[in-house]
Amino acid sequence: MSSLLRPIEAACATAIVIFARLVTGVRGEWRGCAPDPRPRVYFANHRSHADFVLIWTVLPAPLRRRTQPVAGADYWLTGWLRRFMGARVFRAVLIDRNPVSREADPIATMAAALDRNHSLILFPEGTRNTTDEPLLPFRSGLYHLARARPGVELVPVWIENLNRVMPKGEFVPLPLLCTVTLGAPFVLGTGEEKAAFLDRSRKALVALAAPSRADR
Amino acid sequence: MTVAQQTVALFAGVAAALTVASIVGYVLHRRYRAHGPHPAIDNLNSRIRAWWAMVALLGLAFAFGKGGVIVLFALASLAALREFITLTPTRRGDHMALAVAFFVALPLQYYLVWIDWYGLYSVFIPVYVFLLLATLAALRQDTKHFMARVAETQWGLMITVFALSHVPALLGLKLPGYDGRNLLLIAFLVLVVQSSDVLQYVCGKLLGRRPIAPELSPSKTVEGFLGGIASATVLGALLWWITPFSPWQAGAIALMINLMGFFGGLVMSAIKRDRGVKDWGWMIEGHGGVLDRLDSVTFAAPVFFHTIRYFWSA
Repeated sequence: MSSLLRPIEAACATAIVIFARLVTGVRGEWRGCAPDPRPRVYFANHRSHADFVLIWTVLPAPLRRRTQPVAGADYWLTGWLRRFMGARVFRAVLIDRNPVSREADPIATMAAALDRNHSLILFPEGTRNTTDEPLLPFRSGLYHLARARPGVELVPVWIENLNRVMPKGEFVPLPLLCTVTLGAPFVLGTGEEKAAFLDRSRKALVALAAPSRADR
Repeated sequence: MTVAQQTVALFAGVAAALTVASIVGYVLHRRYRAHGPHPAIDNLNSRIRAWWAMVALLGLAFAFGKGGVIVLFALASLAALREFITLTPTRRGDHMALAVAFFVALPLQYYLVWIDWYGLYSVFIPVYVFLLLATLAALRQDTKHFMARVAETQWGLMITVFALSHVPALLGLKLPGYDGRNLLLIAFLVLVVQSSDVLQYVCGKLLGRRPIAPELSPSKTVEGFLGGIASATVLGALLWWITPFSPWQAGAIALMINLMGFFGGLVMSAIKRDRGVKDWGWMIEGHGGVLDRLDSVTFAAPVFFHTIRYFWSA
């Protein structure tokens, strides 16, 4: 069954990438690093459901197949279409965001994907940012993951403009141009405290934002 | 010569010029290859390659006639408007107004050009869309930078859609003794203005010493301006045989559209400088965005259109 679906999954993935390119003209700017097949954690600002699609789109195809977004199970397990897209097309690493009901440790689930030589796309704000601030405070997931797999490179990824393409509550997407900027990778310092690490990660991400258009 | 023969002769001439450019680019690449990467030569070669693609696109549009030209320029407007709005600080409250700009104003403007309704397409965006967009933005009740947001959206539409739509609008002009040849007016406008850009670039690279507007653009020089405008004006005069003009008229009109094109480049550079970017976009390799390539045409087209309409049309 699963191998029968493989071509459909691949076709869906290609169609989504082409669609994303058409609507957003997205350009990947590898400012701080080059594409690399080793497992990495790409962590990005989160304003739209389509954020990880853009990151996915700017990755070279061989890397794209080995890069899994980390997403909330509550969203991606409702309805057959989301379930198919989430599990089969995007191959999302689904985590239960509810600490009371969850059975698996989300950090262990993510670390297992890295151990399979896959990269992850992570949104450390934990939820979509609908405020005027560039970034919400980071949740601690990025820190715990970095501690679980200390050698893995963390790459800050700034997604510019996607929130303007389709702001929350609107139903017509605008064909504005988006940019995905990938910064310099870093790792958790030895003995680095959680607060200091999260602050450093957050600053590394904000530093990639386009300066002039953040606000007038 | 028939129109078809003139068109073929024109494209053959452009292809010959591009072939020479490609050979020069290749020779330069070979000569300096040993000295490591040379960004200026690489950029020159990607510009020449993009020129081939753009000329091929224009030729394809010409082959389809009026419909092809309208579709081509509507798509160019779409690409230019998206580049413009991408770099304009709009807010959520502008979403509906922007959706109307992209999906209603733009297609409708080109439709009006298609059905040749001069009385409406010449006022549609400056009057009706102008009032509508401000209203739509006001209905969202977001007052922050309201005037600036509304004005910038309107300005972008005027340049990228209204002004640019005057290129295909040339097809609707009724010029005595020039029936069925209006495509050649487009060829004249695009060829003269674009060659002016290229010749300003070439003269600037070869002879440029004194910057003409250092605050706007470090690459524009007095020598490039004079050399480029003068040579493109001579080219325009030499192309009088594809126009309804006499040779000296063709030269005068070429001078006018070259100056307008230069002003367009200056104005759009001022905006880019203010936004902190070098290029409008990244769609055309070596050139930047579509708006980087068409900035001169957007300023030249309406003036070219109205000059011909006033002095030559029946």
